[in-house]
Order: sequence, then structure tokens, then C-alpha cells
Amino acid sequence: MDLGPHAGFIWAAYGVVAVVLAALVAWLVLDGRRQQQLIDELEARGIRRRSQHDGAPRQSSD
Amino acid sequence: MIAMQTLTQRLANPTRFMQLSGRLLPWIAGLAGVLLAVGLFMAFTAPLDYQQGHAAKIMFVHVPSAWLAMAGYTLVAASSFGLLVFRHPLADVSAKAAAPIGAAFTFLCLVTGSLWGKPMWGTFWVWDPRLTSVLILFFLYLGLIALRSSIEDEALAAKLTAVLALVGIVMLPVIKFSVEWNSLHQPASVMRLGAPTIHASLLRPLLVMAVGLTALFAALHLKAMRNEILRRRVKALRTVEVEDAGGLAGQPAE
Repeated sequence: MDLGPHAGFIWAAYGVVAVVLAALVAWLVLDGRRQQQLIDELEARGIRRRSQHDGAPRQSSD
Repeated sequence: MIAMQTLTQRLANPTRFMQLSGRLLPWIAGLAGVLLAVGLFMAFTAPLDYQQGHAAKIMFVHVPSAWLAMAGYTLVAASSFGLLVFRHPLADVSAKAAAPIGAAFTFLCLVTGSLWGKPMWGTFWVWDPRLTSVLILFFLYLGLIALRSSIEDEALAAKLTAVLALVGIVMLPVIKFSVEWNSLHQPASVMRLGAPTIHASLLRPLLVMAVGLTALFAALHLKAMRNEILRRRVKALRTVEVEDAGGLAGQPAE
């Protein structure tokens, strides 16, 4: 594709957009996987949030 | 208004938000992908601009980036308002999630603007009111991210970041009207009173790219919010783990 004398600037602009947006997507996907993995590990050790404890009302800590 | 209030109240429950966003996210991401593919095809097959030639193609990524830089900040500020005034449980999650995405689009606006400026103006950068005010917006985003990460107490960090975000909203009208202050940057040609001054053959790909990138922004924001909710669940589970361990350690031996 012939983009004329300013082709370098045009490709650079589209290239930087592609790289930054791809990095943003990759960061968010990997971060989501990491957080889900941590939750799975903690729950596999039998740790549950207070609200998940057999439906029992949350007890005061004091 | 009542319907909107009911929706925000329903979404106040993070578990319900996770269910709903989990269903919506693939559709929004798919829509973004399709629109961006169509938009790129239209952008590279659009007729040449009579003055700028092919270089005007940079407009199709630069202008939506600029709009989303400002829309992103509006989202951060509105979420901050929701936290400080209504104490909505997801408001801080939304504000925190939107900041890095808004910063990325502001960065893209600055870089693509420089790459467009060099062939058209003969320089990558000039300390012009529009360019300088967008650079300040970028630093404002970085300031919000840095302020939040520098305070360990999450509730305090959320409040202080929200206050800074609301103060910083003054930058949006400055950016909008800066083109009228002896600026090298051209005035608005789409979002203006009266009809757009840009030709329809260039306006159509611009709008498709803008809607596609807006859908991508929405998908990224939803994903970042989901990640933040998961991160807070991890923290809550670790707190339970420590409390349980402390409780067992503190029990007298039988």
C-alpha cells in the first residue's frame, strides 16, 4: 500500500496504537487470570469469605 | 431516572455486577473487534484529503484517542463523585479501573498527534494551549495512579484520589476551549455547533473508528473492574486466613 511521502509517520501512529492497546488487553487478561488463580488457591485451602460460611450471619470481631 | 437509579442500585452488589459484566463483556469486546476491523478498512480506503493527502489517515486514531482521553477522565470524575456523595460500593472500583485506561488513550492522543504534527506543522511538539493542556491531563492521570498507590489504607487512598479527580475536572473545559486561544491546533470539526466541517467520506470512517474504540474502552473498563473486584476478594480471603490463624493460635490448649 502506497501511503505517500509521510508513510513512516502513518505506520508509526497506527503501530503505536496497536502496541499500546494490545499491551493493555494482555495486562488485563493476565491480571484477571492471576487474581482468579489466587482465589482458587485460597479456596482450595478451605478459606471462605465470611459471607460464604454456611450462610451463617457474620459474627462481630469484638 | 428511576430506572437508572434501580440499575445502579442493582449493580451495587459486586456479585451481581460480576454475573452481569461476565455476560456482557464478550459481546462488547466482539463488537469492538468488528467495528475496528470495518473502521480500519474504511480508513485505509477513504479518499485522500485535498490538503494533507494520506497523512490525514492519522486522524482516524488520533481524534478518537483524544475524545476517549477526555471521556475517560469524565468517567473517573463521575465515579469519584459517586464515591464521595453516594458512597456507591462500585464507584471506587470504577474510578480505579478507568484511570490507567484513560492514561493510555491520553498517551496515544499525544503520540499520534506528534506523529501527525511533524509532517503537517514541521514539528513533533509545540507548547501550544491544546497540546500543553492534554499533556497536563496525562500527568493528572499519572498523579491519580501514583497517589492511590502511595497510600496503604485503601479507603483513605480512594477518598483522596476522588478529591484530586474532582479538582482535576477543570482541565476538561480548558482542553475543549484551548483551540480558541491562539492555538496552532485546528478547531473542532465534528463536535461543534452546527454541522461538521469534515467531508462525509472522511467523517464516516472516523465515526466507525470512534465507536469501535469506545466499545474497546468499555470492554477494557469492565475487565479492569472485574479484576479489581477479584483483587479485593483475594485481600478479603487473606484477611480471613490471618484472622483464622490468629484465632486458632490464641485458643487455649485443651
